[in-house]
Amino acid sequence: MKIHIPTPLRQFAAKQATVTVPASTVGEALDALTSTHPELKKHLYSEDGRLRAFVNVYLNDEDIRYLSDKENTAVKDGDSLSIIPSIAGGKEDKTWQL
Amino acid sequence: MGSTGTEQKLMLKIAEPVYTQVRKHGEETYPHECCGVLLGKAFEEGNEVKEAIRAGNTRTDSAHNRYHIAPQELISIQRQARDRDLDIVGFYHSHPDHPARWSPTDFNEAHWLGCSYVITSVEAGVAAQTNSFFLAGTGEEDKRFEDQAIQVRPERC
Repeated sequence: MKIHIPTPLRQFAAKQATVTVPASTVGEALDALTSTHPELKKHLYSEDGRLRAFVNVYLNDEDIRYLSDKENTAVKDGDSLSIIPSIAGGKEDKTWQL
Repeated sequence: MGSTGTEQKLMLKIAEPVYTQVRKHGEETYPHECCGVLLGKAFEEGNEVKEAIRAGNTRTDSAHNRYHIAPQELISIQRQARDRDLDIVGFYHSHPDHPARWSPTDFNEAHWLGCSYVITSVEAGVAAQTNSFFLAGTGEEDKRFEDQAIQVRPERC
């Protein structure tokens, strides 16, 4: 299956925008990705082994956190995973102290 | 190599119509924050923006001082970029009645290393200053915003 790599992480994936891995589940696909490109691991996972809070992984159009089988969800060849770090921010609160 | 950022990386090139579109978006959503995605190409000397794609601000609970783009929308924008042989090279948002400087919230929530974060201050409904900040570093531990000059080009080059 294909895994789409976002711009900032391509430098850790041999500059590829899309990586193709053999996998039968979401978890296998992510494992295959990080074993081929070990540098990606610390950018995707925190020390406790969970996906970092700001890293979203979508199987086609669904967040894998909300799939009933999570990382054990079965995948087919035509499926794709997208890794998308979150985008958010905003001006300071007046009450916010630096 | 990589996106650690050097003086040479700190230039954002953007076509005038796209620049105007980004600033207009902030006027339209005033007094709320607007947000969107910048598509283009990353070069050694900096990011070049070809297109700006408007995104919805999901922070309807606090849209005057927060923005958030739904991941589903980002995936669809990333798909559009791929179809046009472009990459996501940055993001923009507005600061209604607030300077065009990044805030602690902007910094904490910035995770796209090597991308440009463009902020427009909108004063009383009119776009004022527009600044760009390049997210340099190799990861969450050493990331930092660096001022990035904006070069507005008359038209597509």
